[in-house]
Amino acid sequence: MMKKLEVKNICKSFDGKPVLQNISLELSQGELVCLLGISGGGKTTLFNIISGLLSPDQGSIFLDGKDITNKPGQISYMLQKDLLLPYRTIEDNIALPLLLKGIKKKEARLQASAMFAQFGLEGTQKKYPAQLSGGMRQRAALLRTYMFSQNVALLDEPFSALDTLTKSAIHKWYLAMMEKIQLSTLFITHDIDEAILLSDRIYLLSGSPGEIVEEIIIKEPKPRREDFNLTPEFLAYKRQILSLL
Amino acid sequence: MLKRNLPSILAVTILLTAWQLVCLIELVPPYMLPSPLEVLQAFGEDFPLLWENSLITLQEAFIGLFLGVSIAFGTAVLMDEFDILYKAFYPLLIITQTIPSVAIAPLLVLWFGYEMTPKIILIVISTFFPVTVGLLDGFRSTDKDTVGLLRSMGATRLHIFRYLKFPAALPQFFSGLRIAAAYSVVGAVISEWLGGFGGLGVYMTRVKKAFAFDKMFAVIFLISAISLALMALVELAEKKCMPYRNLDKKN
Repeated sequence: MMKKLEVKNICKSFDGKPVLQNISLELSQGELVCLLGISGGGKTTLFNIISGLLSPDQGSIFLDGKDITNKPGQISYMLQKDLLLPYRTIEDNIALPLLLKGIKKKEARLQASAMFAQFGLEGTQKKYPAQLSGGMRQRAALLRTYMFSQNVALLDEPFSALDTLTKSAIHKWYLAMMEKIQLSTLFITHDIDEAILLSDRIYLLSGSPGEIVEEIIIKEPKPRREDFNLTPEFLAYKRQILSLL
Repeated sequence: MLKRNLPSILAVTILLTAWQLVCLIELVPPYMLPSPLEVLQAFGEDFPLLWENSLITLQEAFIGLFLGVSIAFGTAVLMDEFDILYKAFYPLLIITQTIPSVAIAPLLVLWFGYEMTPKIILIVISTFFPVTVGLLDGFRSTDKDTVGLLRSMGATRLHIFRYLKFPAALPQFFSGLRIAAAYSVVGAVISEWLGGFGGLGVYMTRVKKAFAFDKMFAVIFLISAISLALMALVELAEKKCMPYRNLDKKN
């Protein structure tokens, strides 16, 4: 199968201090892959490199076989905070990536609105971000990410700012969503449960310098059972990960 | 609305009453301090003249404010885009603010005559600063992560300005504009005072020479009222431009 995204031998240092050491990973079409590791392990730096915001000291990034190293605007990227613009309505926030691509305002709004129901955001079109709950804002940020590109998405700790209950609800929603839209996603987390629950594969990252120490495949079929996180299989994965970190 | 403003309405009423009383019992000789009622009467008597002069002053204020804000906008954008310009001109900007306008106004009259030009220049000088500084602070306060996000979506510098920097700077811009609006009227009056053919400043010099203190007070109040009205206008524009401020969370 053709790899959607390939990251090859990425190295990066800041002021002579290595942050990323020879990182190679790949992502297939429709796959949900997680980078799990302690905070400050260079994961965000890696995402900045993949998205083209930062240049690597060594290595390259390939999207559908094409070299996209140092080329921003190819992959959609969602940062930790929702970063919705407070002075734009939800609809206009979500249409923004389309406006940046040069699509006319009216058409962009139309295209954005068409996706609201699918993302469970109906009725929020004319509201401002401040009027939405944290969970809804995260959904809106995710939809904006999706509007930019249906190719590959990078999500940097997308749910870490949410409280436990909201988080668990959004995990269910997210898995159901991904079944429908089949977005190839690479996401960062430091929450082991979240990683096992959502991913098809997990890359374990060691801290300073960041290096991939293990790749774990979660064999549990999708859609996942309702109580997967309470099963012995889940715990076995968790034990394995804890022993490696 | 009334409940919120009640303390200040009460305070003004008490002050005016006290003033009226002071005049009634002639604590201060009447030729030095007219009573509020006399001021009101003077205002009524001279209304056509005050109106005519107000229009001149307002015209100067509007032209000056418009030019000042336009120049401020251009300057702020340039200084924000090019850091070298920021470093070179920011101290200079501050210095222009330390020069009292009463000191430059006579020079401007000397150079540009008694017509409208020197007045507009003075207003531009005094309104330019608060708007430039407000915009600059606003531009510089934009969130770095959001800039990164837009860049990851392939945004150009112009996009980032249009969708991020400019709207993010609006609150500071309006704070600056509110001050500038008040300055514009004061600036117009000061420069008329120092030399001109019409306007509230000229009216002031005439009534001063005639020792008509009741008219003097009338024009002072009128100038305050005009400044306040302009500031209210700015506030109205602010609310129109930023409907997302002061939203209630529920709906």
